[in-house]
Amino acid sequence: MPLYLNDDQAMLADSARSFMAAEAPPAHLRALRDEGSPDGFSRALWKQFAEMGFTGVLIPEDEGGLGLGHVEAGIILEEIGRNLSPSPFLTTAVAAVEALKLAGGATRQRWFPGVLSGDAVLGLAIDEGPKHRPHRIALKAERSGNGFRLTGEKQFVIQGGSADMLIVAARTAGSPGEEEGLTLFAVDQDAADLSLESARLVDSAMAAHVRFDGVEVDADAVIGEVDQGRAPLAQLFNAGRVGASAELIGVGGGAMDMTVAYLKERKQFGRAIGSFQALQHRAAHLYSELEIARAAVLKAQQLLDAGDTGAELMVSVAKAKAGQAATLAVQEGVQMHGGVGMTDEFDIGLFMKRDRALGEFFGDAAFHANRVAEMQGY
Amino acid sequence: MSDPDGFRAEARAWLEANCPPEMREPMRDESDACWGGRNAVFKNDAQKRWMETMGERGWTVPDWPKEYGGGGLSPAETKALREEMAALGCRNPLSSFGISMLGPALLKYGTEEQKQHYLPQIARGEIRWCQGYSEPGAGSDLAGLQAKAEAVSDPEGGDHWLVNGQKVWTSYADKADWIFCLVRTDLADKHRGISFVLFDMASEGVSTRPILLISGNSPFCETFFDDVKVPKDQVVGEVNRGWDVAKYLLGHEREMISGFGLGGGAPLGEKAAETVGRDAAGRLDDPLLRAEIARFEVDSLAFRAMSERFVDQLKAGQAHPAQPSMMKYYGTELNKRRHELAMAAGGSDALEWESEASRGGAKARAWLRTKANSIEGGTSEIQLNIVAKRILELPDQ
Repeated sequence: MPLYLNDDQAMLADSARSFMAAEAPPAHLRALRDEGSPDGFSRALWKQFAEMGFTGVLIPEDEGGLGLGHVEAGIILEEIGRNLSPSPFLTTAVAAVEALKLAGGATRQRWFPGVLSGDAVLGLAIDEGPKHRPHRIALKAERSGNGFRLTGEKQFVIQGGSADMLIVAARTAGSPGEEEGLTLFAVDQDAADLSLESARLVDSAMAAHVRFDGVEVDADAVIGEVDQGRAPLAQLFNAGRVGASAELIGVGGGAMDMTVAYLKERKQFGRAIGSFQALQHRAAHLYSELEIARAAVLKAQQLLDAGDTGAELMVSVAKAKAGQAATLAVQEGVQMHGGVGMTDEFDIGLFMKRDRALGEFFGDAAFHANRVAEMQGY
Repeated sequence: MSDPDGFRAEARAWLEANCPPEMREPMRDESDACWGGRNAVFKNDAQKRWMETMGERGWTVPDWPKEYGGGGLSPAETKALREEMAALGCRNPLSSFGISMLGPALLKYGTEEQKQHYLPQIARGEIRWCQGYSEPGAGSDLAGLQAKAEAVSDPEGGDHWLVNGQKVWTSYADKADWIFCLVRTDLADKHRGISFVLFDMASEGVSTRPILLISGNSPFCETFFDDVKVPKDQVVGEVNRGWDVAKYLLGHEREMISGFGLGGGAPLGEKAAETVGRDAAGRLDDPLLRAEIARFEVDSLAFRAMSERFVDQLKAGQAHPAQPSMMKYYGTELNKRRHELAMAAGGSDALEWESEASRGGAKARAWLRTKANSIEGGTSEIQLNIVAKRILELPDQ
């Protein structure tokens, strides 16, 4: 398969680009931030996403979705990134949907329609400390009656306070540090003994700390098999990581385009600052890094869509590379904008904030470089 | 053949049947490359047989048209063939500046006669070519070149060009059969006073002198032209418009050089473990070096994807014409990084310059050789200039 978008994908990119630029440009994020939006995103926009068909991109056709793949989800995410459009798309329509594909029919039938209609928001309760360390998951799920009782804490649950359901990674066997013994649960966000405290993040998104004080769930809340959470979790991570990478390419690309435009427009010493070689070389280097990151992301998406065994390695390459390249883009962006880059009035700072949060989500560049080393056997 | 999967199976079977086992072992270093030519030196029979068998089938240049000695394969088939060759570990049957540089320029700018004459020889590895571009006074400012060709009307010996001047950094000039060479044919116009000529290195008046490099090897030469007669029809493209041909060829040269960034074989970290050792958890027993190698491998695997994407885009006519500059810049900087890390991992073993264990200092010499990667074919700084100007469209300095 050639490593570029086919005609259908290019059409999707066109429509996603014009939709995001018209309906959810950086000014939209600014407005939500300034009004102190409790969700951190607009529920009306989420409905519009559904009308565009975006929310069903990964849901199989026989369940009402578009039945498309990670390349297509990534196309939408790149435009989300480029416009800093806040939405539950990455968590709900990408990562959660992928995990739910391994859930039983009843669970899928309960949640997919709401995702398709843009009514449901699904949260991911994975991380337990400030860094992404999934193998250290300690939240306990003990057998209780016909189901399980969950006890422990989660954090960095993006839009958790707005979610209808949380996908919770819990330990049903073994001890923290072991990869086996995990189980995924679909837990109603309003369940008894579940408490939640939301905080606004640097990029104006909302993230929750969630406490499970013996939350009772039925056995049918299990996604996949008990103790076999590795499979749905891997599916969730692959989708979320490659999706976050695609969004990072959008954030980095948007920052670069804005910066290159500024280099052409801003005059000092009687000439456009973009005529100075010191800046030209840095801009050209940045372009190279982003192009290479983009290729890595597309390769990872294609491998995932093909079910290739090499996909997981490439997903980590993509997250590490996209994270590093996008961070370079926003840092160069602020520096090359000079003083105005430090002002709230200019958008470049918003890109820097979004990059920081996305880079951390699902593991930062260092986490994934380490993972590459582990998978390569050193 | 329109079915790439059918083609793939067929290609695999043919490669399995025809690629000698010796040619399926990884190349140890540059000296294992096969260059062909009138005075070809083969390491063994297998190398010769592999070049000839592939040449006969046109698979040394799978995507060139059949009438010029190529395989006539579609982009998808070419990709499948390369993937199958990689999967079986087949060596490149023929390293050739004719294939990577001159051929594409002839396909675009050559006359029908020139294509018919030169391309099949290149495909079969019969003629080894070298490149006469740089001069002592024309490096990054290549168009400042001074070697000149004057038109001479000779009633007895026929009309011809008389070439005088000097080239430098001519790769393997001392081993090459023919040269493709930039010469000045109009002193008044810097860019529109250059012509692209071809001639036999055995012509009277051509001499070469190898240059000893920091690696202790001499892959490059100084090349001198003293009243060299070149027949009139050995100009490619129009007289005084050779800069167009030169730039087009440079794109292909940069594409070829960017391939150095691909590396090959086992991941660097795995090789490093042989000298650095492993800790109890099986990790490289040097956390900082391991981190640097891991970051390098991320870039390396990402660049590998970029190379695949670049070729796909090129075949589909979707690549920006200046994209080879980005590829060349990134691939060469990556390759330098790879060899710096390999030297660091190798420790004192890697310092050995003259010993059997080090195969004559292969690692250290290869490391030093890579320092030229970001200079040859246009420096990294020139590539960044080109990207800034032509892709990002930043204003002139």
